[in-house]
Amino acid sequence: MSLLSHYLLVGGSFWSLGIWNTLRQPLLWQTTLAFSCPLMLAAVGGTISERSGVVNIAMEGMMLVAAFFSAYVADQAGTAWGLGPPEAALAGVAGAIITASLIAWLHAWACIRFHANQVVSGMAINLLALGLTSYLYYTLYGSNGTPSNLAGIPNVHIPALSGISFLSLGSILFQQNPIVYLAFASVVLAHFFLFHTTLGLRIRSVGEHPRAADAAGINVQRLRYLAVILSGALSGLGGAYLALNGPHGLFTDNITGGRGFIALAAMIVGKWTPFGAMGACLLFGFGQALAIQVAGTTLGNFQLSVYIVNMLPYLITIVAVGGLIGRSTPPAADGLPYDPAEAA
Amino acid sequence: MANDRVSLEAYRGQILAVVGENGAGKSTLMNMLSGMLHPDEGDILLDGRPVQFKSPRDAIAAHIGMVHQHFMLIPVFTVAENVVLGLEPNSPVVFNAREARREVGSLSQQYGLRLNPDDKVQNLPVGLQQRVEILKVLYRGSDILIFDEPTAVLTPQESRELFVVLRDLAAQGKTIIFITHKLKEVMAISDRVTVLRLGKVVGNLVTAETNPTEITKYMIGRDVLPSVHKESPNLGESVVEVRNVRCQSDRGLEALGGVSFEVRAGEIFGVAGVEGNGQTELVEVLTGLRPVSAGEIILRTGGRTVSIGNRSPKQIRELGVGYIPEDRRDRGLVLGYSVADNLILGIEDKRPFSRRGVMVPARIRENARKLIPQFDIRPPRWAVPAGTLSGGNQQKVVLAREFSENPKLLIASQPTRGLDIGAAEFVHKGLVEKRDDGAAVLLVSAELDEVMELSDRIAVIYEGQIMGIFDAGTVDENRLGLLMTGGDEKTHEQAIDLNAPALEAG
Repeated sequence: MSLLSHYLLVGGSFWSLGIWNTLRQPLLWQTTLAFSCPLMLAAVGGTISERSGVVNIAMEGMMLVAAFFSAYVADQAGTAWGLGPPEAALAGVAGAIITASLIAWLHAWACIRFHANQVVSGMAINLLALGLTSYLYYTLYGSNGTPSNLAGIPNVHIPALSGISFLSLGSILFQQNPIVYLAFASVVLAHFFLFHTTLGLRIRSVGEHPRAADAAGINVQRLRYLAVILSGALSGLGGAYLALNGPHGLFTDNITGGRGFIALAAMIVGKWTPFGAMGACLLFGFGQALAIQVAGTTLGNFQLSVYIVNMLPYLITIVAVGGLIGRSTPPAADGLPYDPAEAA
Repeated sequence: MANDRVSLEAYRGQILAVVGENGAGKSTLMNMLSGMLHPDEGDILLDGRPVQFKSPRDAIAAHIGMVHQHFMLIPVFTVAENVVLGLEPNSPVVFNAREARREVGSLSQQYGLRLNPDDKVQNLPVGLQQRVEILKVLYRGSDILIFDEPTAVLTPQESRELFVVLRDLAAQGKTIIFITHKLKEVMAISDRVTVLRLGKVVGNLVTAETNPTEITKYMIGRDVLPSVHKESPNLGESVVEVRNVRCQSDRGLEALGGVSFEVRAGEIFGVAGVEGNGQTELVEVLTGLRPVSAGEIILRTGGRTVSIGNRSPKQIRELGVGYIPEDRRDRGLVLGYSVADNLILGIEDKRPFSRRGVMVPARIRENARKLIPQFDIRPPRWAVPAGTLSGGNQQKVVLAREFSENPKLLIASQPTRGLDIGAAEFVHKGLVEKRDDGAAVLLVSAELDEVMELSDRIAVIYEGQIMGIFDAGTVDENRLGLLMTGGDEKTHEQAIDLNAPALEAG
């Protein structure tokens, strides 16, 4: 008994001190934003797709393909086309967005045109993406990996703001990668798009009750294509971030490592709203950043593991879907193919 | 073929009723007019000019609007959002919510359809949801308004209000096409009648020059709708007794607020009420599909007295309770299974159909070969999937299964929904037969006529409460209709007065 309380007291106080010191690190918060960025882009994209009624669990595959092609195009642009590093990186980003949009179009085509099961199609795309990128990576780059001088998208220091020393806000918020800012912008834009534009209203109507939307003269199929492809484009940007962030780009096999699924979880925990998804992504990003910071720390005899922390998003998702933290209800027609010819 | 060379004409400022039995092709025809389906041949003429509708957009552009039987509304959207959807107030990108609210507000005033543009549609009662549908059509500038069975979900009172609206719209020069199978409504509201049968037009009549009997003749191709022959009941002892039963709905609200009644052997006990007032939950509680939160259900069968509240459906079935569910495609049948397999669902683990967990196909086939002719199931083939049968024949499969177990208590929920008159008659006869065999029959139906025709005693349910129980013949339709909407004795006279002008309008 006394031994146990001893452990708790001593271990506990060390632990809480450790936490405090960890939380004061600007690096923790910088990495939180950096980790959240690709999650946010994919989750916001998924939100748009599912709001139109097309389940998208293929963010993982879309990001992975996009990450590969961002590196490949940046590499080609730098070597074969002779572009300078900034232009080559931008070409990589464009390549990522285009390829991910194509993959998204494939998903949309199967789901909308052929009424395929959307979960099956999404899973097939994830597995296809993994196989395709592994094959291309090892075929094109062998065991050496992508070139070390691959163009990347470095962080930018925003004049004046990046110098703010209060709570290290300057270094946390204003010395980030441009794509991080785009990720936050995508949240605001997606919210405005879905809830304050005519097109957004129509997309949501298609995801709630496609037959009603059809009867109101809305082209259900076209809007679903649009929403799914938009989600692909955003996932593509997220994939480009994974490969190209920093002074030099880098692609490794399975570079996404499940981030698409974390984004999926964030979309659900965020209740299919862009700001909700953002909150969940920041939470999950924080968890990952923290996991790295505290990796190897012990609490008494218990050693904290990165793997435990990495389980958290999925655990939280199950809790969220289970309705324990407020009901998380998907759009009414999410996942249901729409066939206009089916008897009304 | 749902529509075979159909022609009909509708005139400005008039109300045309399109009548026909279920499956006569009314909805198919209207879906072609509203652009949801496309005719294989033939023309639609508008003001004498042929038009072609490739999609609902084209029909809307031609000022044809449809108020669908199953509302085409988005529950989580507001009234204003639903009305303007697809034709939002002009602004290129941003949705102008204020302008939408304003336009919907002024439109609802112009046509006397009172609604709050900011209400979420999912919070509105059905009658008001229908108004949203009507507004939607008017907002699109429709001159031809098609109403697909608009009173199916309304109370008698709401129906009368709707009729006033329809008269107003016609008076303002709109063309109204009113699809129904209720002859009373045809007589009350229409100027002319087009009768469909089996996808063909069989009659074009002027309402003032015809009568329900004539219309019925056209509809079913024979003289009159036969009423079920019924001897006075030979009452036995109480088979099921429901005492102060309460339960919750799927949404956690109270669905039954202390319901009590009993059904005796040899009687049909009818429960009338507008749908969604606890009937579904009542049936589910009695069949073990929904937990009872308070009260008791006592079943007396085969010399045993058992409290069945919160027993499993299987236990209740084994105690001699038969169940004809309201949605046969959902709870009544496994659509992908053969007719023969559907005929033994629920007793598939009993001899002779199964021995030590192994099915005995020969016995299952034998059972089907016996029941199929007995219940006139068509096509008479045991191996076809139940899903390929017509609605009436699917219901016969359910009936055959439930009847063949000789239930002591038979619970029939909306047993004739979606059936044509022939099949409905078959079901009615079957229920009366079971009653005459000494079974207790609980009939739950939203069709007041059906309840009044079949029942020996009638209960009215409203918001989870029994409003009254009457011996058949001691109560008229008006009284029941009033109780179905929660009205009590005191307001009875007054309500009739208020509604009298609307009734006389036809």
